Amino acid sequence: MSSSLISNPVTNTDRSRDPSKRRKKKKAQLKQQLEEQNIKWKSPAQQQIYSSKLHQALARVNLGSSGSSAGDAPRRGKAVREAADRVLAVTAKGKTRWSRAILTNRLKLKFRKHKRQRITAAAASPARSKKPRVSVLRLRGKSLPTVQRKVRFLGRLVPGCRKQPVPVILEEAIDYISALEMQVRAMSTLADLLSGSTTPGAGSSSSAPPS
Amino acid sequence: MSSRRSSRSRQASGSRNITDDQINDLVSKLQQLLPEIRDRRSDKVSAAKVLQETCNYIRSLHREVDDLSERLSELLATTDTAQAAIIRNLLMQ
Repeated sequence: MSSSLISNPVTNTDRSRDPSKRRKKKKAQLKQQLEEQNIKWKSPAQQQIYSSKLHQALARVNLGSSGSSAGDAPRRGKAVREAADRVLAVTAKGKTRWSRAILTNRLKLKFRKHKRQRITAAAASPARSKKPRVSVLRLRGKSLPTVQRKVRFLGRLVPGCRKQPVPVILEEAIDYISALEMQVRAMSTLADLLSGSTTPGAGSSSSAPPS
Repeated sequence: MSSRRSSRSRQASGSRNITDDQINDLVSKLQQLLPEIRDRRSDKVSAAKVLQETCNYIRSLHREVDDLSERLSELLATTDTAQAAIIRNLLMQ
C-alpha cells in the first residue's frame, strides 16, 4: 500500500509576474491542489503513516515521563498533544504554512528557553491565544467589514497565519481542517486500539499477549 | 466590498490582484468541509456564517484533540512494551 499522491507545488511566485495569463492557470492549479490535498488527508495510507509516526513519538514521550513521577497528568497530556501536532506537521511534509509554523515554533522555544514548563505553556498559546487585538481594530474609528474581521480571527486560530492576506488564510484553513480531522480519526483509532487491548476478550486485538 | 478593501492602508499591495471570485471559491470549498452546513444543503449561506462555523469547528477539533491526547496519555501509562509491539503491527497492516 503506497501513498504516491503527488501534489502540485505552490506557485506563489507567479502572482507578481503576468497577472492575467497566470491568474487563470493559477486558479485551475489552486483548485486542483486543494482537491489533491483534501484527498491526501482523507486517504487511509496517510492516516497509517501518521499513526505509526505518532506511535513512535508517543513511545518516546512515555519513556521521558515514566522516569520521573508520572503524577502530572496535564503535563503529560500536553506533551502528547504537542507530539501529535508535531507529527501532523511532519506528515504534511512542510508544504503548508501552518505545518512549518508548528515546527519552527517548537524549535524557537526550545532554543530560547531551557525550562520545559515554559515550552509547554507557551507552545499551546500561539494557536489559541485570544489577545485583545480587537480593541486595536476598534480604535481606527471604523470596524473592518464582517468577513474581514472573521477571517482575521480565523487567522489567529490557524498556526502561522496571523499576518497573512485573506486568501492565504482561507487556503491554510482548508488544509488545516482536513489535517485536524485526520488527526482526530487517527488518535481515536489509536486510543480505541489501546483501550481494546487492555481489556481481554474485547476489541479487535486478535492475539492475547502473554503476560 | 472590494472598494472598501482596497482603501485600507493595512492591506498589502498584492491584495488588489485578488479577485472576489477567488475568495468566493475558497469560501465555498470551506463550506463543503464543514459538516453542519454541508448537511443542511442550502446555497444561501453567507460568507460570514461560513467563517464563523469554521472558527467554531476548528476550536471544537482542537478540544477533541486535547481530550484524545489526555486519554492517550493515560492509556500509554498503562500499556507495556509487548502490547505496544502488537499495536504497531496492527497499525502497519
